[in-house]
Amino acid sequence: MAGSSAQSINLKLKVWQQRGPKDKGQFLEYDAKNVSTEMSFLEMLDVMNEDLVKQGKEPIEFDHDCREGICGMCSLVINGSAHGKDQAITTCQLHMRRFKDGETVTIEPFRAKAFPVIKDLVVDRSAFDRIIQTGGFVSVSTGAAQDANNLPVGKEKSDRAFEAATCIGCGACVAACPNASASLFVSAKIAHLALLPQGEVEREQRAYGMVHKMDEEGFGSCTNIGACSASCPKEISLENIAIMNREFLRGSLTHRK
Amino acid sequence: MSNQKLDSKVPSGDIADKWEKHKFDMKLVNPANKRKFEIIVVGTGLAGASAAASLAELGYKVKSFCIQDSARRAHSIAAQGGINAAKNYPSDGDSVYRLFYDTVKGGDFRAREANVYRLAQVSNNIIDQCVAQGVPFARDYGGMLTNRSFGGAQVSRTFYARGQTGQQLLIGAYSAMMKEVGKGTIQLFDRREMLDLVLVDGVARGITVRNLVSGEIESHSAHAVVLATGGYGNTYFLSTNAKNSNATAAWRCHKKGAYFANPCFTQIHPTCIPVSGDYQSKLTLMSESLRNDGRVWVPKDKGVKEWNIPEEQRDYYLERIYPSFGNLVPRDVASRQAKFRVDEGRGVGTSGVAVYLDFKDAVQRMGQEAVSEKYGNLFQMYEKITGEDPYKQPMRIYPAVHYTMGGLWVDYNLQSTIPGLHVLGEANFSDHGANRLGASALMQGLADGYFVIPYTIGHFLASHKHPEVTTDHEAFKASANEVRQKSEQLLGIKGKKSPDEFHRNLGKVMWEYVGMSRSAEGLKKAQIEISNLREEFWANVNVIGDPKNKNSELEKAGRVADFLELGELMARDALEREESCGGHFREEHQTAENEAKRNDEDFAHAAAWEYSGQDLKMNWNRHREELNFEYVKLATRSYK
Repeated sequence: MAGSSAQSINLKLKVWQQRGPKDKGQFLEYDAKNVSTEMSFLEMLDVMNEDLVKQGKEPIEFDHDCREGICGMCSLVINGSAHGKDQAITTCQLHMRRFKDGETVTIEPFRAKAFPVIKDLVVDRSAFDRIIQTGGFVSVSTGAAQDANNLPVGKEKSDRAFEAATCIGCGACVAACPNASASLFVSAKIAHLALLPQGEVEREQRAYGMVHKMDEEGFGSCTNIGACSASCPKEISLENIAIMNREFLRGSLTHRK
Repeated sequence: MSNQKLDSKVPSGDIADKWEKHKFDMKLVNPANKRKFEIIVVGTGLAGASAAASLAELGYKVKSFCIQDSARRAHSIAAQGGINAAKNYPSDGDSVYRLFYDTVKGGDFRAREANVYRLAQVSNNIIDQCVAQGVPFARDYGGMLTNRSFGGAQVSRTFYARGQTGQQLLIGAYSAMMKEVGKGTIQLFDRREMLDLVLVDGVARGITVRNLVSGEIESHSAHAVVLATGGYGNTYFLSTNAKNSNATAAWRCHKKGAYFANPCFTQIHPTCIPVSGDYQSKLTLMSESLRNDGRVWVPKDKGVKEWNIPEEQRDYYLERIYPSFGNLVPRDVASRQAKFRVDEGRGVGTSGVAVYLDFKDAVQRMGQEAVSEKYGNLFQMYEKITGEDPYKQPMRIYPAVHYTMGGLWVDYNLQSTIPGLHVLGEANFSDHGANRLGASALMQGLADGYFVIPYTIGHFLASHKHPEVTTDHEAFKASANEVRQKSEQLLGIKGKKSPDEFHRNLGKVMWEYVGMSRSAEGLKKAQIEISNLREEFWANVNVIGDPKNKNSELEKAGRVADFLELGELMARDALEREESCGGHFREEHQTAENEAKRNDEDFAHAAAWEYSGQDLKMNWNRHREELNFEYVKLATRSYK
């Protein structure tokens, strides 16, 4: 049934297995045979899991949902790269034609102090939600809005805000950063709202609050390495971190109490 | 069978005044009393997130539940195209009335007029609200919002944020929610799956959930429950829905007494990437906007495998059959025509189960750069999945299950047949009739959550007495026990087939007999096959692992068990609806030209199913809500 270019390859998988947050964890070795190159990476893991179940073994847990690169639920570090080596994709968009017959593939969870492992490849990223709770919004209650066209927004600014707003909150930036910093994620939200007139009113406390919360959650500091942006499935620009630093400075100068 | 539970509670008066009048007639909850009321909201998609945020802003105590690790991941996020509103910014003749009219007609006259009118009325408030939240909709150089025409609409009323409108709207609603979480007015319960609705004296007073991390069964009480858990497209196994989208919460409510309306109304989207193999886990939608410039064709002759064939050997069948709408005919029509071509043996690709969507002429007319500007991200997505370059060779596309118009029956207040249980968004049945128009799902989800439920739930809370109920109540214990027993039962079968295997088999039956084209014979067969499959499931499923830990096999098994029941109801509803309308096409009811033939005489009603089965023996009573078309005159949909 597969398309004309379909081939079968064999792979050796080394998959991280960890029963719970306190378990030490280890690699499970698995031979993936006759993998169609048309498959997605997660479909390859589905097949592996179904095979493990058939053998009476527990399948490997991994997070996934939309499987089209937008929900941000899937994660995985594949051969040392968050979402694999390809540019601008999530793990669910990675297809097996990118692998060679006989290759060994190492699959690990996103590793960061602020993202504790729940089980196997599943990590807890709720720290991101808590950062957003400290300011990643515009305080406008339902029904309080004026007509949408009352406030023009220049196309260039609007487009830049959009670019920043495309962040899917997957956490690859944290996994890729040697310091496990969340700066790209936090800056994308700060920049998105700082570039728009709607976000103007709260910009100081937003930047101040979110940056402090990021530190409090145990994320590391930014040392301008850029691995975050390179691994970002939405190619969020480092420019946002510069905007965040400016906004944070502004916020610090005006912060009361 | 008529039934007094099916009182739609549509207010009297002219359609344009009904909502305004109703808002005045409804009772209010005193501001100081709101904090005494707890409301459970299940699901954090557009409908759930907007409802949770708005209810919390009003002062209610909200508890929000989702199965994902964060409220931001719900499947609304994947909507590409846009959101409709009657703003008429382009001044091209749009109005609330026209949006109402188009939606009723597009739904093939199987929606409730009053609900649809209200939807069109509040559509403009949605755009205002989203822009105020910082949603970066597309703008022109003057800084004003721009619109596009979508899904064959004659006016440009669709607001969009490139191909990621759903994402931007959901992030808006999610951030509004997070603002309230920060204030302590919303309590978040992520990685929780609702497995039962708890009734006390016949009123919805809480839910039983499984903590998907610890495996613990938890009870949560409230004064009202809001269900916003999406549709049931994954009954077909393969669909454009997210892998974890499921019908379990809605189905368990149905089995507790909530009527399920029009389950056979499913939408098959014409432009998806075709299946490539048995391992296929989901299908990916290619935005409908591609049909604005792409041309759909198959070879005139059967069995032609080469795509690079001369013009005269190609059949641009949509342009041929529907000269005035061409490639832009509505979704149901485009899907069915693709199926007809494949059934004739003129399908393309190695599998033969696909048609071409060709951009050759668009590239010639506009240049590759302009095509890329408009569709670049979609072309890239296609290339990543198929390994083929759509600038050089035509895309292969085929229809896939995308959306379900049916859902739990609700009245004008969005309340189900269970007092206190309210249902929002795709999970309810009310606004799209038998076919949903493009860019209207986002509109409905947000209309229900931001602008309808905040009013109507107040009316419910203010007009009922609420005896003190805590999770110590017998009903909560009984529900938790029942849920625990079901888990144990699933884990104890220790059979030979995985839950996915059953799900895939169910999907094949559904797609074959309850898919794009349905016949009495096929639907009868489907019911028997599904019932057999269900019996086999409970005897031979293999659910592995620990109930007290993260266990996705157990999660899947529970959902598949429910799909195996719902699938049968879908087939039964399709069998009893002796007509073709919208997404429901019955082979016995078509014109000489293979167009759908509606039967308004006997079927201008919503079928609402009441569960009356026991254990593995499914049974239902069919009730009807008559639909009256006072404003949009019943007429045959024609796109010729």
